[in-house]
Amino acid sequence: MTTQTTEVSAYDDVLTRYQPVFGLETHVELGTASKMFCGCSTAFGAEPNTHTCPVCLGLPGALPVVNAAAIEYTIRIGLALNCTIASWCRFARKNYFYPDMPKNYQISQYDEPLCGEGYLDVEVNGRTVRVGIERVHLEEDTGKNTHVGGATGRIHGADYSLVDFNRAGIPLVEIVTKPVEGTGAMAPEVARAYVAELRDILRTLGVSDVKMEQGSLRCDVNTSLTPAGSSEWGTRTETKNVNSLRSVERAMRSEMIRQAAILDAGGRIKQETRHFQEATGQTRSGRSKEEATDYRYFPEPDLVPLAPDADWVEQLRAGLPELPAARRRRLRSELALSADELQSLVNAGAVDAFADTVAAGAPAAEARNWWLGYLSQLANAREVEVSALAITPAQVAKVIELVGAGTLSTALGRQVVDAVLETGTGVEQVIADRGLAVVSDTSALTEAADAAIAANPDIAEKVRGGKLPAVGVLVGSVMKATRGQADAATVKAILLERLGISGTPG
Amino acid sequence: MPDDRSTLTRDEVAHLARLARLAVTEDELDLFAGQLDVILGSIARIGDVAAADIEPTSHAVPLQNVARPDAVIASLPRDEVLAGAPSVEDDRFRVPQILGEEE
Amino acid sequence: MAELIELSAAEIAARIADGEASAVEVAQAHLDRISDSDAQVKAFLHVDTEGALSAAKAVDDRRRAGEPLGPLAGVPLAMKDVVVTKGLPTTSGSKILQGWIPPYDATVTRRVREAGIVMLGKTNMDEFAMGSSTENSAYQVTRNPWDLSRVPGGSSGGSSAAVAALQAPLAIGTDTGGSIRQPAAVTGIVGHKPTYGAVSRYGLIAFSSSLDQAGPFGRTVEDTALLHQVLAGHDPLDSTSIPEAGPDVVAAAREGARGDLSGVRIGIVSELTGIGGGYQEGVLASFRDAVAILRSLGAEVVEVSCPHFDYALAAYYLIAPSEASSNLARFDSVRYGLRVGDDGTHSLEEVMSLTRERGFGAEVKRRIMIGTYALSSGYYDAYYGQAQKVRTLIAADFTSAFGQADVLVSPTSPFVAFEVGERVADPMAMYVNDLCTLPASLAGTPAISVPCGLSDEAGPALPVGLQIMAPAMADDRCYRVGAAFEAAYVAGNGQILAGVPRLGSVGAGADGAAR
Repeated sequence: MTTQTTEVSAYDDVLTRYQPVFGLETHVELGTASKMFCGCSTAFGAEPNTHTCPVCLGLPGALPVVNAAAIEYTIRIGLALNCTIASWCRFARKNYFYPDMPKNYQISQYDEPLCGEGYLDVEVNGRTVRVGIERVHLEEDTGKNTHVGGATGRIHGADYSLVDFNRAGIPLVEIVTKPVEGTGAMAPEVARAYVAELRDILRTLGVSDVKMEQGSLRCDVNTSLTPAGSSEWGTRTETKNVNSLRSVERAMRSEMIRQAAILDAGGRIKQETRHFQEATGQTRSGRSKEEATDYRYFPEPDLVPLAPDADWVEQLRAGLPELPAARRRRLRSELALSADELQSLVNAGAVDAFADTVAAGAPAAEARNWWLGYLSQLANAREVEVSALAITPAQVAKVIELVGAGTLSTALGRQVVDAVLETGTGVEQVIADRGLAVVSDTSALTEAADAAIAANPDIAEKVRGGKLPAVGVLVGSVMKATRGQADAATVKAILLERLGISGTPG
Repeated sequence: MPDDRSTLTRDEVAHLARLARLAVTEDELDLFAGQLDVILGSIARIGDVAAADIEPTSHAVPLQNVARPDAVIASLPRDEVLAGAPSVEDDRFRVPQILGEEE
Repeated sequence: MAELIELSAAEIAARIADGEASAVEVAQAHLDRISDSDAQVKAFLHVDTEGALSAAKAVDDRRRAGEPLGPLAGVPLAMKDVVVTKGLPTTSGSKILQGWIPPYDATVTRRVREAGIVMLGKTNMDEFAMGSSTENSAYQVTRNPWDLSRVPGGSSGGSSAAVAALQAPLAIGTDTGGSIRQPAAVTGIVGHKPTYGAVSRYGLIAFSSSLDQAGPFGRTVEDTALLHQVLAGHDPLDSTSIPEAGPDVVAAAREGARGDLSGVRIGIVSELTGIGGGYQEGVLASFRDAVAILRSLGAEVVEVSCPHFDYALAAYYLIAPSEASSNLARFDSVRYGLRVGDDGTHSLEEVMSLTRERGFGAEVKRRIMIGTYALSSGYYDAYYGQAQKVRTLIAADFTSAFGQADVLVSPTSPFVAFEVGERVADPMAMYVNDLCTLPASLAGTPAISVPCGLSDEAGPALPVGLQIMAPAMADDRCYRVGAAFEAAYVAGNGQILAGVPRLGSVGAGADGAAR
């Protein structure tokens, strides 16, 4: 724990001399059925180079045609982020050579983004921070390189690389924040909260599956330090490869500490791209390019301008779903949650699951306990978001209902949850298949109790002699015999009755 | 402005060749430096047209909002995708060691 | 009876439809003509004997089955190698694509196949359509059938030479700055650049996306119109394709052939009449005679001024190389084409650079570098941005001129066909070939070149072309005026192409057809 302490104090120490300014560039793969400029499928995990065609392979002569749904999704994202929607804009070519980019230019947007000037409010520690949105624009994703040879599977030291273009051309939305100032020590948490809120919005809009672990949501974190008392921002670095919410926070913290150490020693920060390393929590310098990149942007001549009709944009605005912040406000008042209770659900990423469980008929307290308790444990063990567990809120509500009715004990309820996750079948199905219901047939229990007494005569004698706690052994024996399907309290009452002890002594 | 542009140097030509991924030879550097200079000189008069308030034309016939419905169309068979490739391994395009930055 | 190879496309189609000739006979006659003459002309990069005969047989089968045939069914055609053809080598005249067999068809190719037109093969061209002489091909130098020491124009010189040499009655070219019109002019045939967006660009290997346009070559205006009608039409695979149906150019050509131009106003563009020099006198003389013929057909001739046309060359040589520098970036040795230096000692970056250095010719590299320069930061506004504004000015000049005239006319090229090698060393001397054709390219407006005389100023009698320009989507005007002029010229002077030397062993075509 020493390193932890050192890091915490180093971090606090940084903030006595510097103020962080940060910005985030988030790339989101849209969940359209087909690619941005061709009809190839966007489905994840296909065999290499099976979702490719003349357009997304950049074959000579092939031409792009815009996917209408991608335009609509991007505008809805812009509207949800309070952006202005351009009345006229164009795509541009961003020219640079890279083997995963089939045309060696990326069709993107340059000085005419589809959405500009918006904001997103995020809550951190009870404080609301407004993050300005600079722009939201649409572009195409690249293919994927696999590096072969060398020790690390990384690009450096590899002998050669293999390219799969299935991902090339998947619509990609880039959401760029304005620089965020004045958040002090909270900066990394604000950054994390922003990405979390953005992710929830995108999920609510249904425009992306926002799976950071599959790369459908990716984050670049720009960080700089301003010396206390100065008004001039320091040189920023751009940290790429930040693939989880936790990493957003860690990457910024470690970058702040790294930059402060350089500045303290009188050094200068080099404007560069850095890569976050999950294992160490540190950022590492990307190879600095031998010369400045010159992307030679110009309007994409193979496409015509976009001019979203104002009435259509208003229709899209009117059709936006209830966004997470509004939903949280409503849930708080409807379900009488405290601010802390809501916050813990937000932190666990379980707000929707919780609300849907309540909507399916479960009492709020029980729903909260299950999602923040057993289900969160399972999610942690599997290293996934709790919402990613393969169990629906309706199924959880069913388990809660059965536990409430005494059909399942709490322990059995957990077994049911385990079985649902394991088999992918429904609650009733696993109960029937595995015979998990509480045994409530008293004659069967009486039989089992008599058998337990007969098998343990000395213990039965102790109980009869007044040593009531000894009955626990007999209860355990019955529970074992009924494979945990009996309610322990009922078993105990039957045992005491068969042993001739009526009622529980006060 | 192009009008008072100094002549294109060998170094500038070399820089352009790097940007364009052309491994030009030393002889070509000299040849191209001279030729590009002549060409650029004769197109420099483009700057003569006072055009501050003129809208640029990027398409001869104005069209806008051309899009297709979000429908999946069959991709190419993979053997056809890979058929023209100089080098293939594990159904992927094989390329030599990449020295550039990780993307 | 005339040999099959001398017939017009319309006549061939009629004979096939009537059962007087089979499509296979026709195809074989042209394949024989190619094998007889192409050692001299070098128009083709690839001849698809098997594919042509099987396409021809399919037409014959359909006719025998009583199925309706299109107006060009069974007519042979030469395809410029810039157009992607599934299963047939497609190189765009470049070493970097040597051996590439495309897995798909261009929309133009699909339309040609669906019309029952018989594709004989792929024709030579300036590499990536950059040039005005076809000397920039990585493979061979195509010769002008009028004089084998001269170029057939470019960049579609293989197509123009094939039509002029009676190897095919029809051909397809592409025109970015004049690459259909100028080769048509210097080989004595008809060539039309359609309105930008009238013919799909899907599957044309891009040179300059905002300028490229495919179009037809023929020996008569009517044949050219018939092929135009097959090629034109909306294509959802090309975002810049015009959704509205284009005019009926065949009807326009037939109307024009009746020879009456009364009520038609024809504008002579004063900036394209050689004031200040630079045009050959023989070209200007033919042009003056052509204007007199137009006047005699009842047209009203006016003079119009398009002052910004003087900037067309500069704008073109910024826009086209800029777009080309980006379009040609995809030739990187990863997915198709040439790879050089992959010997385990070079990085990918080096292999890409070595491949492009070896795979591209000098003119292509020159233009890639001009374009890279013009787009680089700090120069964009002064070059590409400014050139796009000049396009606006040129389009405005056209609009104003078309207020005074229904069509505009000029010589197609300031020169007749020049000698092979004459201009290769001086890029600017090559670029001025396009002076007259560039304005319509930049404005995206249609223009046709029709043979309008012979000039012997440069030595042998060589063809001169008349360019007829019309407003966007009014391609029919080019065909109407062109056909009227053609009818009057032929009536007075006979077919210009009758003067082209007969190459190969004379009469081989007819004998071949009988085999």
